[in-house]
Amino acid sequence: MQLSPQWIREFVAIPADDKRLAEDLTAAGIAVESINGSGENAVFEMEIGTNRPDAMNHYGVAREASAIYDVALKPIDAKLPDARGNADFAIEIAEPDLCPRFTARVLRSIRIKPSPERVARRLGLLDQRPINNAVDATNYTLWEMGKPTHAFDLDLLEGGKIVVRRAQEGETLKTLDGIERNLTPEDLVVADARRPVALAGIMGGFDTMITEKTRNILIESAWWDPATIRKGSRRYGLHTDASHRFERGADFESTVLSCDRVAELILESGGGELQGGVIDVVAKRLDLAPIALRVSEVHRILGASLDAREIYRILSKLGFDVMPERGGDADFTVRIPSWRLDVEREIDLIEEIARLYGYDKFANTLPAFAGAVIERPDAQRDAKLRSSLLGLGYNEAVSLTFISHEDAEQFSDSPVIELANPISEEASIMRTSMVPGMLNMLAYNLNRGIDNVRLFEAGQVFQAVDRGASELRQISLGATGSATPPSWNQPSRPISFFDLKGDVENLLRAFECNALCYDAHTSECYHPGRSARAVMDGVCVAQFGQIHPDVAAKRKLRQDVFIGEFYLDRLYQHGLRSVRYEALPRYPAVERDFSFIFSDSVIFEKIQQAVGALGLRELRSFVPVEIFRGGNVPAGKYSILLRATFQSGERTLREDEVADWSAKIVKALNTLGGSQRA
Amino acid sequence: MAYTVPKLKDFSPTALDKASEKLAAALAKEAAEVQTESDWKSFRDRWMARKNGVLTLVNDLWLKAAPKENKRDIGQRVNQIKQQVEQTVDNRLAHVQGAASASRLSAERLDVTLPGNRRPLGAEHPVIKTMNEIVSVFRNLGYSIAEGPVIETDYYNFEALNFPPNHPARDTQDTLFVATQESKPLRDRLLLRTHTSPVQIRTMEKMKPPLRIVVPGKVHRNDPLDASHSPMFHQIEGLAVDTNITLGDLKGTLDHAMKALFGSSVKTSFRPSFFPFTEPSAELLVSCFICGGSGKRDLEPCRPCKQTGWIEILGCGMVDPNVFEFVKGNGYDPRKISGFAFGMGVDRLAILKYGVDDIQLFFQGDVRFLEQFV
Repeated sequence: MQLSPQWIREFVAIPADDKRLAEDLTAAGIAVESINGSGENAVFEMEIGTNRPDAMNHYGVAREASAIYDVALKPIDAKLPDARGNADFAIEIAEPDLCPRFTARVLRSIRIKPSPERVARRLGLLDQRPINNAVDATNYTLWEMGKPTHAFDLDLLEGGKIVVRRAQEGETLKTLDGIERNLTPEDLVVADARRPVALAGIMGGFDTMITEKTRNILIESAWWDPATIRKGSRRYGLHTDASHRFERGADFESTVLSCDRVAELILESGGGELQGGVIDVVAKRLDLAPIALRVSEVHRILGASLDAREIYRILSKLGFDVMPERGGDADFTVRIPSWRLDVEREIDLIEEIARLYGYDKFANTLPAFAGAVIERPDAQRDAKLRSSLLGLGYNEAVSLTFISHEDAEQFSDSPVIELANPISEEASIMRTSMVPGMLNMLAYNLNRGIDNVRLFEAGQVFQAVDRGASELRQISLGATGSATPPSWNQPSRPISFFDLKGDVENLLRAFECNALCYDAHTSECYHPGRSARAVMDGVCVAQFGQIHPDVAAKRKLRQDVFIGEFYLDRLYQHGLRSVRYEALPRYPAVERDFSFIFSDSVIFEKIQQAVGALGLRELRSFVPVEIFRGGNVPAGKYSILLRATFQSGERTLREDEVADWSAKIVKALNTLGGSQRA
Repeated sequence: MAYTVPKLKDFSPTALDKASEKLAAALAKEAAEVQTESDWKSFRDRWMARKNGVLTLVNDLWLKAAPKENKRDIGQRVNQIKQQVEQTVDNRLAHVQGAASASRLSAERLDVTLPGNRRPLGAEHPVIKTMNEIVSVFRNLGYSIAEGPVIETDYYNFEALNFPPNHPARDTQDTLFVATQESKPLRDRLLLRTHTSPVQIRTMEKMKPPLRIVVPGKVHRNDPLDASHSPMFHQIEGLAVDTNITLGDLKGTLDHAMKALFGSSVKTSFRPSFFPFTEPSAELLVSCFICGGSGKRDLEPCRPCKQTGWIEILGCGMVDPNVFEFVKGNGYDPRKISGFAFGMGVDRLAILKYGVDDIQLFFQGDVRFLEQFV
């Protein structure tokens, strides 16, 4: 919104230049964002809060300046000639709650022509296109004192009356912008005896507007119910200077003055005469209740010892009627000026006092606090996973939370949360999986020639439940390219499933559990032979592996891509492993290697279980050292070198007992169908 | 002529001194000739071998042959000689090995200016990092972390924060709404929270005053993604409620936090603003930490502060009594308690802090960008 400082100065003698004025207004909450031009062409670019319609005009800002600089504010008055005869025009208000006041004046024998230079120049300065002297008079008044008004061609109003009513089903109105609108009973209209002639408080009608042919004019200055105007304005997508002010609350007591001011301006330039006095129909009074103000409450909230005289001065300058009270709870009774509909409570007055006094004048203090910091239950687990992921070389990423319908279908079975007004079709669903976002980020890198990428993202997925929404926390991993960074002295090797699994194992190792196993029952977006689920105490806490070649092809991923998902809601059922020191072994360990050939159907887990079932107390580890397929190993079989490590905490092991355990292991592996190689 | 251990006839101290000196001189001379490890081995064997080593011979020819009355004196001398020999042999070994390793080390020399094999470290995301930094400043002031859902109801996002239905202030929020909610009462309709402020209400419903919380989290607005807008971003909300919290406390707390975040030399300024859920409301400005408040940087206009020397950091204010009315039953009687709240956009702060010129970089996962923050 733009205002002219020169116009503001018409109402108040400001002892500061424009730059200083802009700063002082801003410090008092009437924000001047910038100053364009200089001298009499200077324009303030204003940012006025939605709660301050009273300051969205020159007089309102002048009032603020009078309070800031403690100088007098000149009243606006309209000098009107003597009227002839009676106005003889009826105003009927059928909706007193929605239109408590309607004020009008009748002007006769007006010459419609361009506005005088002074008016046209001022409107031009504010980027308002001058139209003609009558329309400009209403505009000028709006920018001068903030009250929207409307001028009708009186001769085009039928039946000699105005009715404020709801529209009837089937009625139409062509608004000033030339658009024919189908009205509904939700709309509040200004009608003549026959039809609607204006969308109340929003926009006038095309058929009754002022034209060059207009001779006689009806000026309207009404007060409209803010909620009604707001709904109407939204319904028609019509946001006008008038609706902007009415929906925030106009000045109830300014209808007569604004009506007179418009009349004065039209008569000044267009000649003609005033017919009759002002027609002021008050269907319902809008009374603002006085507010009791306690100095102690001012101090309780602001924390400074503002004295009562300063409080009195500030409020009085802003137009509040401040009456000291003797005895009783309150120190003052404050009557609210009609333009301050936003001030309803004591706290509203306290804000007025604070902003005019100056926020920066209040001393900075730090409050004492007796409470304690309460840890988020997940804080430690979150921190552990995050620091491990960073240590493992995954970059922390954040992606947008929206996905497309198509991705939602492909990556999850969850019922979706769909947006009513999405940014785009591709972003119309709240993500049900973190995988599409991760794939997009990997693709983004690959498409820019960056081949080695490791990312993780901690976030939430969303799904519809009953009539609400649930949010589940997850971490996704993405990895593609070399397992180690390219180097001049060691060959690079592409990331494999087992690199990813190693990372997953490292991350899960932090959690307490009885049993952790891995199986291949992953969801469809994964490569069926190169992906796994991590199952902790019977519950799947993670899925990971190579992305399905079809998915990769569809997204044009030009190299193998690995993805992992951690389901934190399930994983966090487990606490972090609590560490207890274990005495270091004092006796030497003994290693024994076993070379076996197994059928492919014997997976390592079976070997592990078979050996585990022997219950050898001194067997400290049993790991694969080498696996080989092809060569002289028959198809469908594989050769594996296994290494057992034996150790006792109590003594040095004897050769014969190690031989005995080894024999048991060989027997167990034979039972599995393995044949020992020489 | 190599040294041989003489047989002694005269065991007088003078004769013994003389014999010892000869032996010592021979030891020194032969030691000096030891250059390689094999030299050293012969040297060691000649002097220390059990059979026919010099020490053995000294023992046999001097100590054993000595008359009884001289044994004590000779014994001491032989011990000294033994120590001397052992020490010399040890010293020569160190010398020989040092010499050998000098040449070996030279052969093993590397070009240390070649790049190392770097195991990559993951980088913290600049927005999350900034968020954690801010949270930790408030943690140190006694604030707990609170959280709430991203998909909120109209009640928590608007109504209980004193945005009545049909209030124009709702328009400023550019809300993304969840589809098919029309059949529900307005307050139950779902939307994507437009700020982290709903967690104020959720926390006050659960916990009685006094209260100090910060709420980091994601928020959404209906703003298409471009260089300066994003439909998703991050906020941190703060709330302090107690029996006598004042505007001065709000100012003091935030002044402290800004100095902790941007350096002790920054200045703060508060100017009036409007938010439905605070009153009085304020905007906090910090003296530009990029140009130091001068508005200029190397004579060029400072862009982050638009040459004003000040940067808007956050919105804040005293909690509006209407907000407390919604949780009054849980100990939040606005006549007895008061509080302040603040909320800041983390992404914007990260943009300012790191000089990032395009907010989209935060959400693309481009490792060339992310790795800069390692």
